[in-house]
Amino acid sequence: MIIAEGKPLAEVAGLIQGARKVLVVGCGGCVTVCLAGGEKETGILAAALRLLRQKEGNPLETVEVTLTRQCDPEYVDMLEKYVTDDVDAIVSLACGVGVQFLAERYNKWVVPALNTKFAGGTVEHGVWEERCGLCGECILYKTGGICPIIRCSKSILNGPCGGSQNGKCEVNPETPCAWQLIYDRMQALGKLDLLMEIQPPKDWSKSRDGGPRKVVREDVRLA
Amino acid sequence: MQEFEPKIIAFCCYYCAYSAADLAGSLRLQYPANIRVIEMPCSGKTDVRVLLEAFEDGADGVYVLGCMEGDCHFLKGNFRAKRRVQQAKKILDEIGIGGERLEMYNLSAAMGPRFAEIAREFTERIRKLGPSPLNKKYASANSRKAGEQE
Repeated sequence: MIIAEGKPLAEVAGLIQGARKVLVVGCGGCVTVCLAGGEKETGILAAALRLLRQKEGNPLETVEVTLTRQCDPEYVDMLEKYVTDDVDAIVSLACGVGVQFLAERYNKWVVPALNTKFAGGTVEHGVWEERCGLCGECILYKTGGICPIIRCSKSILNGPCGGSQNGKCEVNPETPCAWQLIYDRMQALGKLDLLMEIQPPKDWSKSRDGGPRKVVREDVRLA
Repeated sequence: MQEFEPKIIAFCCYYCAYSAADLAGSLRLQYPANIRVIEMPCSGKTDVRVLLEAFEDGADGVYVLGCMEGDCHFLKGNFRAKRRVQQAKKILDEIGIGGERLEMYNLSAAMGPRFAEIAREFTERIRKLGPSPLNKKYASANSRKAGEQE
């Protein structure tokens, strides 16, 4: 899932300074699971913004809505009845995708309440770690299911490098060396010989090359 | 001028503080009438949003009462409450209302006198801090009214 983290309250308040009525829109997708922008966080942010503005003697009216997902037009459409003329701004608690979908759909000032961090997973309740670099061409089958692109600080394909010490990365001694993990895993699987093959440079054209990426499935298109 | 009487909300766990409040009553213990007790099934029901909304609705101070650490009927509810109270304190600091207006205390159902003591202690703390910044206007209106009566 996409992992995000709330922006500081003062920053969000600054983004809607001139507004009198705002829509605070949560997202029921990834950010609900990573406890950053679900219904609960939407309620807390709205209450905190109202309190802050009440204290400043400039009351703010909030309307809270949590959409199933902000990255699908069919759900974004459901916000329409709340986007009235008197709404001055929309605060989105989705990842960057959701913020953009709201901004594209509605002619309002849309601001993000979260910082979108990475594609990762829950390692324990309240702790999320990055696992995927979204590089566009998965090579996990070569590395025992451990991604060297994102989990190795240098994204090297033929590791480990000289900075791997006692199984840790030289960039941060708390980060396990991805190539040490790969080696250990391949050894446990009895597939160490696969690591003997030298990997050629990665084809980065599948990644951020050529601007924003697009996936099209002709078989499921309706039009 | 009329003395400031804080409005305080006490969120009480059913298994400890709520019974302790009963006991304090049975023992005829005196404690300030400023506190409004709200029963919760467990302090683990504590929700940051509800704590914030208590201030929004006019509270000058809020406290959460949970079981002694290690004695929660639901094992970990009071530890969760403690963390949520910390989180809400942080938000109150950011807003400028002040985290010191919110507190969490631990006690058991047998501690009626402690219940009364906490009520006195917290009421005193809020009395010293004065009205919540959100209630300042209200408080001055109140004092004006009191002045007129005099």
